[in-house]
Amino acid sequence: MKLICTVCPQGCEITVKKNDEGWHVEGNRCKRGREFALQETISPMRVLTTSVWIEGGDHKLVSVKTDRPIPKEKIGEAIGELCDITINAPVGRGDIIIKNIADTDANIIATRDVRLSS
Amino acid sequence: MRVQVDVAIIGGGPAGLAAAIACHDQGIQDILILERDRHLGGILQQCIHTGFGLHRFGEELTGPEYAHIFIDGVKDRNISYLLDTMVIEIRKDKIIYALNSEKGLIEIEAKAIILAMGCRERTRGAIQIPGDRPAGVYTAGMAQLLVNMEGYLPGKEIVILGSGDIGLIMARRLTWEGANVKMVCEIMPYSSGLARNIRQCLDDYDIPLLFNHTVVKVHGSKRLEGVTIAEVDSNRVPIPGSERYIECDTLLLSVGLLPENELSEGANVLLDEITGGPIVDEYRHTSVDGIFACGNVLHVHDLVDYVSEEAEIAARGVARYLKGDKSDSRISISHGAGIQYTVPHIISSRDEDVELFFRANGIYNDGMIQLTYGKDILYTKRYNHIVPGKMERIRIKKDILRQLDMEGNIRISWRQREDELSDEAHMYSLSTGM
Ligand SMILES: Cc1cc2nc3c(=O)[nH]c(=O)nc-3n(C[C@H](O)[C@H](O)[C@H](O)COP(=O)(O)OP(=O)(O)OC[C@H]3O[C@@H](n4cnc5c(N)ncnc54)[C@H](O)[C@@H]3O)c2cc1C
Repeated sequence: MKLICTVCPQGCEITVKKNDEGWHVEGNRCKRGREFALQETISPMRVLTTSVWIEGGDHKLVSVKTDRPIPKEKIGEAIGELCDITINAPVGRGDIIIKNIADTDANIIATRDVRLSS
Repeated sequence: MRVQVDVAIIGGGPAGLAAAIACHDQGIQDILILERDRHLGGILQQCIHTGFGLHRFGEELTGPEYAHIFIDGVKDRNISYLLDTMVIEIRKDKIIYALNSEKGLIEIEAKAIILAMGCRERTRGAIQIPGDRPAGVYTAGMAQLLVNMEGYLPGKEIVILGSGDIGLIMARRLTWEGANVKMVCEIMPYSSGLARNIRQCLDDYDIPLLFNHTVVKVHGSKRLEGVTIAEVDSNRVPIPGSERYIECDTLLLSVGLLPENELSEGANVLLDEITGGPIVDEYRHTSVDGIFACGNVLHVHDLVDYVSEEAEIAARGVARYLKGDKSDSRISISHGAGIQYTVPHIISSRDEDVELFFRANGIYNDGMIQLTYGKDILYTKRYNHIVPGKMERIRIKKDILRQLDMEGNIRISWRQREDELSDEAHMYSLSTGM
């Protein structure tokens, strides 16, 4: 597999191959590049950012994120869990909205304050 | 209502907020931020994805989280701000007129003004796509506002024109919300977006990115029904016969940002034709005495971290100005081969090192950036690679500045390593597609 490293702006073109001895990484200029390439090949992880309906607040939606990266293939399931819920204002930045989203051990937390509407 | 302040800041986005905090920390007491929105934070409020603050805070924050740090900073310092307040006129004698929903017309007399109005997106009008004007054509930022702030999905079958970061981010966002993003068309042979965004927003969802492609026609009278796309040649002209019809109900335009400077023009602030923002010195002082500018109103920044940094430079300039420090020189910066623009445009004092920010006008490999003064070479820095999508910077030492004439001219240009091309030869190779 070929990929462009996104750890830093240098953008190394890295090739990852698997043979009998295990994973083989080429083209990276640093250790972080190697880790990145292996992670991306074996199990890519992503932070999910989206928004959730909120009632009684000074915004209609509150922006949220997973508090750590989750496996890429879990994103769809996580979004599914989030699209049906409505929470109540107020909410503070960092507040946990849903625990253990899509069985990933990650929590969904608010990324902004939403105050009660005046 | 009439008020007097030391510093009035127009715009409560990241630039305005950071400028206010830095002014306060420089000892300026009487600061007022004027913001037309109901909330502080500017465009960051709708940028709910991560990718902000890596340079400044060493961690990847979402837009709202980044904004919050500065909003808290403003509140902790008890800096005054007015929301729902639209500035409608700035006069060159630094009188500001603003409309507030409750207080009506407000007249503000300021000793100094910081322009921090941000930018707006180029629209279809600005890039001239023929066809009717059906519903379903949005700028990417407008779509972002609708999805992230209003919970409204603009369409189901989507084509995106332009592969800048906002377009890429929206491709993923709309996919997550259940829309089908059919493709991203990019008229250039490369994307100005971050490699990471191409990977995480397009590749992750198998969304094709078509380089050298543009939209040549929109179809539909009430609602968009489809677009015709075409391949372009190296002069960006559509190649006859390459047209393809793509069915879609929504077209997003991510075709660039323009600094928002109607107010500045009204105050007689001179603008740079290339950036669309004011011409400034190293303290971001514009051509009008006491009016400063920072953030996207000055030039479009790649990262908000640099917006905050620039706001702090402007705040230092304001503090100097209010203390009565006068400029002692007027060294101009001109650009030669390979350079699109620089900020600052002028250097007006020689008692500090100056950071010169510049953007390339094309992709160049293996060469150097050179500062020259007449026939003298002041400075050379090697680069493997420069691209228009990344703002570069070099520091000019005050010792060097002090050796120059007060009204001298520094020229910045790109030199190829092997064959030191003349400017003309280089420009020619550019216009023929490099
Ligand atoms: C859609 C989008 C996505 C982006 N994604 C990223 C990213 O992933 N990473 C990153 O680092 N950067 C990103 N950016 C860039 C970042 O958001 C900007 O660099 C930053 O917001 C610019 O700050 P600013 O204060 O100059 O402008 P703005 O944030 O635009 O703030 C300007 C403020 O001025 C106010 N204003 C304007 N005119 C008036 C008036 N007449 N009276 C009163 N108030 C006025 C506006 O309401 C606004 O609040 C993105 C930008 C956009 C548009």
